[in-house]
Amino acid sequence: MGTWIIARLTFREASRRKIALTGFLLGLAFVVLFSVGFFYINQQRLANMPFQSPIPMDEYYNTITLAGLYVVNFLIVVMAALVTADTLAGEISTGTIQSLVTKPLRRSEIVLGKWLGYAILLALYVVLMAGGILLSVSLQSGYHMPNLLGGMALMYLAALVVMTITIACSSRFSTLATGGLVMGLYGLAFVGSWVEQIGSLANSPAAVQVGIVSSLLMPSEAIWRRAAFEMTAPLSRLVSFGPFSSASVPSTAMIIYGGLYLLAALAIAVRTFSRRDL
Amino acid sequence: MSSEFAIETQGLRKLYGDTVAVGGLTLQVRQGEVFGFLGPNGAGKTTSIKMLLGLVAPSAGSARLLGQPLGSRAVRARIGFLPEHFRFHDWLDANEFLTLHGELYGMGKERLRLKGRIKELLDLVGLAPFEHKQLRTYSKGMIQRIGLAQALLNDPLLVFLDEPTSGLDPIGRRLVRDIIHDLRQKGTTVFLNSHMLSEVEITCDRVAFIKQGEVLYTSQLKGLIDGETSVTIRCSEPGPDTLSGLGQLGKNVRADGDTITLTVSEEAALPAITRYLVAQGLDVYAITPQRLSLEDLFIKVIGTDGGL
Repeated sequence: MGTWIIARLTFREASRRKIALTGFLLGLAFVVLFSVGFFYINQQRLANMPFQSPIPMDEYYNTITLAGLYVVNFLIVVMAALVTADTLAGEISTGTIQSLVTKPLRRSEIVLGKWLGYAILLALYVVLMAGGILLSVSLQSGYHMPNLLGGMALMYLAALVVMTITIACSSRFSTLATGGLVMGLYGLAFVGSWVEQIGSLANSPAAVQVGIVSSLLMPSEAIWRRAAFEMTAPLSRLVSFGPFSSASVPSTAMIIYGGLYLLAALAIAVRTFSRRDL
Repeated sequence: MSSEFAIETQGLRKLYGDTVAVGGLTLQVRQGEVFGFLGPNGAGKTTSIKMLLGLVAPSAGSARLLGQPLGSRAVRARIGFLPEHFRFHDWLDANEFLTLHGELYGMGKERLRLKGRIKELLDLVGLAPFEHKQLRTYSKGMIQRIGLAQALLNDPLLVFLDEPTSGLDPIGRRLVRDIIHDLRQKGTTVFLNSHMLSEVEITCDRVAFIKQGEVLYTSQLKGLIDGETSVTIRCSEPGPDTLSGLGQLGKNVRADGDTITLTVSEEAALPAITRYLVAQGLDVYAITPQRLSLEDLFIKVIGTDGGL
C-alpha cells in the first residue's frame, strides 16, 4: 500500500517538474522532426522508383527507423538518469524525506514506490517516442519493423537499468555525484560498445572482451544493441555495421544479466536507504 | 502499548566517526506529560530526536517509545513529528499535502473521516482559506502551521515538536502554545525541543537540560520555578537586630542602605517577612520577589560557554 502511495506521489511530482516536461517536449519535437525527414526521404525514394537499386525498399525503411530509435534510446536513457538522480539524494538533503520515513511505512516501500513511479513515467516515454516513430513510419510507408514489441521491451529494459542504478547511487550519494557517476558508467558502456564492435570487425578477441567487460559494468548499451539487432531487417543483418546496429551481437545471456543487474541495483538501493542515517 | 512512560531511553549514544553527537542519553518521559528538551546549539537535541524517530540508528544504548522498541511501525502510526527545518513536497496544496500524509498514516481507507480531520486541522491552524494554494507560495509561518497540522493528523499519542515556534510571529506562537495546551488536556505526550525558554516555561511540565548529548539535569518545572526565590525589600533603614531577626525567615540577608536582599525557600514566606518588618517599626515601600527564570536556570546548569 505504502509503495503505491509513494509511486503515485512520485509520478505526480515527476510529471509536474520542468525537467520531465522538457524531456517530453524534446521527445515530441524529435518525433515530429523525424516524421518530416522521413516524409521527404520517402518522397525521394518513391520518385526514383523506376531506377531503383536491387535492395528492397524495406531495408531502407528499416535503417531509417533504427536511426530514429537510436536517438530515442539516447533521449530515454538520459531522461532516466536526469529525472531520478535527485529523487532520494534531493529529498535527503532537503530533509523532505524525514516526514515520509517517520510515517508507518517501511523504508523499502519508499524506494520501491519511487522506482515504480519513475518506471511508469519511463514506460510512457518509450511508448510515446518509440511508438511515435514507428507509427509515423507505418502510416507514411506501410512498413512494420520486425520484432517490434520485443525491441521496444528491450529498449525499456535498457532505460530501467539506467534508472535503477541511478536510484541506487542516489540512495547513497548527492545528486551531483550520482549524476556524474551514472553518466560516467553510461559513457564507459558506450565507448566499450564501440570498442567491441570495431574489435569484432577487426577480428580482435581482446577488444571484444574489453567491450563485454564494460557491458558487465553497465549493460544498458548492450541491451540497446540487442534491441536494434532484433528489429533489424534480415538483409541488413548480413552487411550491418553502423551506429544503429551491431557487428557483435550481445547474447541472450547478456540480456538476462541486464535483468539481474537491475534487480541487484534495486536491492542495493533498498538496502542502502534502509540502513542509512537521514 | 500501555506503559507508564511514553519515552524511555537508556544510554542512547550516537557517534559520527570520532565525533560524539550524543554521549549517552538516559531519560524518561511519562505518558501525558509535556516535556521540554533543552540545551545549547550542538548539544545533540536534534540527533536525539532523530534516533527516537528511527531516522538515525543509535551507535549504542536502547530506547522504547510507547512501550515498544525503536523502529516499530505500529508505534509510528501513533506518533506525530514536526521536523526542525520542515521541508516537504511544496508543489502540493495544503489539502493534497494533508491527504497524502493521512494516507501515509494509513487513514486512506476512511476517506470521509480523513476529510473531516483535515478540515478540522486546517481550521485549527488557521489555514482553511489557503487550502487550495500550493505550499510553495506559503510564508515561513504558514509552513510551520501546515507542518504542525501534519504532525497532528493521526491524533497521535506522542508528538515530537522540534523548534515548533521558529519562524512564527507572536500570534503563531500563541497558537502553538494553545495547541500544546489542548494536547495536554487530551492526555497526549508532547516532547518539545525549543530554544524559546519563555515558552517552555509556560507550556512544559518537566524539562531536561542536555549538554554534549547527556542529561545534566531533569526537573519538574513548577517546583523549580517556585522554589528558591531571591527577594529585594525597600524600607526605612533597618538596624542590626532587625537584620539578624530576618535571618530566621530567610538566608543570605544583606542590607545596603534602604535596600535589603535575602533568599527565601518559597514565596509563602513573604507575608511573614512583611509582618515582621512592620512589627519592627519599619516603613516598607516594596517587596519584590525575583523569581529564577528558566533562562537563569539554563545558564546556571549549562554554563555560559554553551557547551562549545
